[in-house]
Amino acid sequence: MKRWIPILVAALALAWAGSRLLPHGKGDRELAVFGGLPVVFNGRVQPLDSVARNSLLQIRGKQSLSEAGRPGSLSAIEWLLEVMTRPEAAVERRVFRIDHPELKALFDLPLIDPSDPLDDGKHYSMSRLSKGFDKLSKQSEIAREKDPAARDPFEQAVIKLGGALNLHLRLQATLKPIRTTDFGAELNDYRASIGPGSDALRARMAGRPFDTNALTRLLEHAERYLLMYRADAPLVVPPHHPERERDNWMRVPEALLESSIPVPLLKHLLPNEERLPQAEADRLLAQAGSVPLHPSLPLIAGIVGAAAKQDSAAFDAAVAAYRATLESAFGAEITKARREQIFNRAEPFYSAMVLYVTAFVLAAIFWFTLSETVRRTAFWLVVAAFLVHTLGLLTRMWLEGRPPVTNLYSSAVFIGWGATALGLIIERFWRNGIGLAVAGLLSFASLIVAHYLAQTGDTMEMMRAVLDTNFWLATHVVIVTLGYAATYVAGFLSLLWVGLSFGGKAMTPDLNRSLARMVYGIICFATLFSFTGTVLGGIWADQSWGRFWGWDPKENGALIIVLWNALILHARWGGMVRERGIHLLAIAGNIVTSWSWFGTNMLGVGLHSYGFTDAAFKALLAFATVNILAIAAGSFAPAPKARTA
Amino acid sequence: MLKRILDLLSSLKLTVALLVLGIVLVFLGTLAQEPMGLYLVQDRFFKSFFVDHIALNAAVRKAAQLFQIQIPPLPSEAYFSGPRVPLFPGGYLIGGLLLANLLAAHIRRFKFGWAKSGIVMTHVGLILLLLGQLLTDLMATESVMSFREGDTRDFTEDFQRHEIAFRQDIAGTDREQVVAIPLTLLVEGGEVRHEKLPFTLRIQRQVMNARVRRFAPMVDTNREPATTDGAGARMVLDPLPPSLSMDAPNQPAVVLEMAGGSAGGSRTWIVAPNLREQDLPGPAAGWTVELRALRHRQPFALKLLRTKHEIYRGTTLPKNFESRVEIIDPARGQQRPVDIYMNQPLRYGGLTFYQFQMGREQLEAGGRGTSSLQVVRNPSWLGPYFGTVLVFAGLMVQFLIHLVAFIHRRTRSTPSIAKPSVA
Repeated sequence: MKRWIPILVAALALAWAGSRLLPHGKGDRELAVFGGLPVVFNGRVQPLDSVARNSLLQIRGKQSLSEAGRPGSLSAIEWLLEVMTRPEAAVERRVFRIDHPELKALFDLPLIDPSDPLDDGKHYSMSRLSKGFDKLSKQSEIAREKDPAARDPFEQAVIKLGGALNLHLRLQATLKPIRTTDFGAELNDYRASIGPGSDALRARMAGRPFDTNALTRLLEHAERYLLMYRADAPLVVPPHHPERERDNWMRVPEALLESSIPVPLLKHLLPNEERLPQAEADRLLAQAGSVPLHPSLPLIAGIVGAAAKQDSAAFDAAVAAYRATLESAFGAEITKARREQIFNRAEPFYSAMVLYVTAFVLAAIFWFTLSETVRRTAFWLVVAAFLVHTLGLLTRMWLEGRPPVTNLYSSAVFIGWGATALGLIIERFWRNGIGLAVAGLLSFASLIVAHYLAQTGDTMEMMRAVLDTNFWLATHVVIVTLGYAATYVAGFLSLLWVGLSFGGKAMTPDLNRSLARMVYGIICFATLFSFTGTVLGGIWADQSWGRFWGWDPKENGALIIVLWNALILHARWGGMVRERGIHLLAIAGNIVTSWSWFGTNMLGVGLHSYGFTDAAFKALLAFATVNILAIAAGSFAPAPKARTA
Repeated sequence: MLKRILDLLSSLKLTVALLVLGIVLVFLGTLAQEPMGLYLVQDRFFKSFFVDHIALNAAVRKAAQLFQIQIPPLPSEAYFSGPRVPLFPGGYLIGGLLLANLLAAHIRRFKFGWAKSGIVMTHVGLILLLLGQLLTDLMATESVMSFREGDTRDFTEDFQRHEIAFRQDIAGTDREQVVAIPLTLLVEGGEVRHEKLPFTLRIQRQVMNARVRRFAPMVDTNREPATTDGAGARMVLDPLPPSLSMDAPNQPAVVLEMAGGSAGGSRTWIVAPNLREQDLPGPAAGWTVELRALRHRQPFALKLLRTKHEIYRGTTLPKNFESRVEIIDPARGQQRPVDIYMNQPLRYGGLTFYQFQMGREQLEAGGRGTSSLQVVRNPSWLGPYFGTVLVFAGLMVQFLIHLVAFIHRRTRSTPSIAKPSVA
């Protein structure tokens, strides 16, 4: 029986992770089809579900919405539907999180409003904040002029809140014009105004007499649509000719205006806007009013109308009708969006995180109980977690069409993956729970980091031109990230050494010896990978900019890791450090690696600078402090004693 | 005595000490980059034997800033004035000593044999990388070729240096005579003279970085225009502190003075990169003068055929920059089109052309696309490739030797640590 416990536990863990592929929660089930509709946002095709989750993460820091004093919770897609179709209700939702006391003061928000039973002192609605927009935009202007690295926490909070409010406004303008209550009726009125209005416009531009009323009626529509266009909402209207312009998705206002006065022409006609070459303007003017209304628009109006009335039967029918029109020409987009929706829902990295931390706890129990069943259970749990982690990574790669690491978020996910791979190899050789503990702890930590990084927005964002090369992403980036992972594994092994040294009977001379050998071996591996990765980066730079080495902060960071690992190896070969010394140096390697991975992004310079948050810097400092304390403790760690029964 | 020096030079202690110093140097140089700018950091930290106290000061201030301690950054003049006290070893000193340490260690200690072959390969590769970087520092030049669609260029322009160019049409031909003098050869108070120039000018004023702007009567009440003649008669010159930014290099300005003149007083002209060519009078009639980026003539030309600038739909994120150029090289009988885009440079005639920037000029001018290619001449560019391959192979060999030995040991001795207990 005991033999089967580990396998059984792992199977249960996998079943739990697998069950999360199915919709969980009422909102997700009812809006599954709607959430799977493909749109273009951040330059890529994605399901509305992703727009919803990433936006809510940026605004609120969570993927669902529960409000103090209101029962139940809204899923991300339910929230997005409300924002897009019933903004008057959405602006009353308390979604904007404000923590900074000075920012609260800016909006005259009391710490807790005693007259408002729903006030939790942290979350505020758009309508509550609207009175302070002027003050916020003034502060935001000041903050924006500063170098991002020089902004203080208040300024960072101002910019973050400004971004969240702006995102909310953008989403409100996705499906229907701002302040339109009946989009279907509006569409009919607009359709009727196009012909006479376009003729009047042409007559006016030619200096002939024209029908003022017809022109005014059209321009009233057009100006509102231009306002909507400026909101930069997701692109939800598919291109007319997918066979030759597959990427040409449109915003609703673009599609609306294309039938009367296309956006470039409208801007050309307005003062202080982008001008067109005269020939192009003449051509567009001659065509005005001749393009029939995009067939998707009435269907979208149908969805908006049903949602506004909260008529779920009509809503489902409208969504189904719209999806049916996409199916023939946009099958690939629908499939991709659907897959991403399932990926979002399954949250494989969250499942893996839970399994990793459980495995770590079991490994720790093992050292004190020495129960082989516990160790094997931990082992199979790590294997299960690794499987889920790997499937998650592969799915991401498949969805993106990219190698595993494309941004800071995915590097965090990948560091955890590499650490687990190394941990399992270590465990395979030593069978003493050490590899499992490191895999569990490090992967858990790196996935937590990834979780916080995901709050900055879309984690599958497109690559800017210079990074758009799968070859170098697959070689330089993957190898250098594995170098980070290996250096961390060495550092965490040494952290375990410190912990176990003070753990009484857990540490034995055998364990002590094998820990030192593991760290040495891993550092050799880390040297190989970090060096290779770093110089491959140099070769990429030479290929792209003609500079093998440019002293960019990130390059310097990678170089420091290489030098640090080389230093440990040479110090050992020269007999300058022994077991204890190697451990202490390896722990310092944690700080060195974190600096290169994160710290260098905080300097506000260089190609690899992706911006940072004050919170990230504090986390970095805290991590460095823990490691420094561990080094201090490790210097006094007692020598292991042989265990006696 | 010599033996002791050699012992020290070849010791692993020295290696470790140098690695520590190297790590600190790279760290400080990284910190100083934001306040000092990349070029200056390279000069003061990495391409130098010692780091001076001003550069260290910049690094320390940046570190304090990271901790939200607000210390104002040093004014940019501070980096160029006053004595500089060397306080820390620079890149050349550390790199040079590492090189010496490596060579000495191999000469004195290493026995050749399979067990150490990986280490030897690694170290030879490292020597190649270090020397390659030194050669690149000494020999590589960077410049830029900017043009509009339809333009042909047979020169590239320096990023930082400038020249004063005098130009005269040669009568009866479509050729012209150009005399270009690098600004680095000129000093304030000195003279501009050249055998091809029928006149002499004096450098009345030379400013390293300046803004030359239109004279504003309401604001500039107590000021005179910059010069008596030419464009400067309607301009004023505001000297600026030296620029540290790579994106906004120094914009120098020079006031030239022509002696004599019928009225007795001297006449002056201002030249600056943002001013057009100006006609010169009197003995210099027929000549024009301008200040422009230093030009590197090339034995061939490129013509920009068309540009392509794509962004991701619905964003401002660049997706692709691409220039189609035509190589025109009669000497080598070459005339063919080439596409240059991100990660796909053109290597030709010892130069490498990389896609750098792209834009679109004003519609009034016809809306032609513009493109800038970064041009690098680096004769030692292959060095790092060889070095990389050697180090990688060496590390692999060494790693595999260890791994094989390790697995061998473990499979022979039965796993005894399955239960780490004596109980």
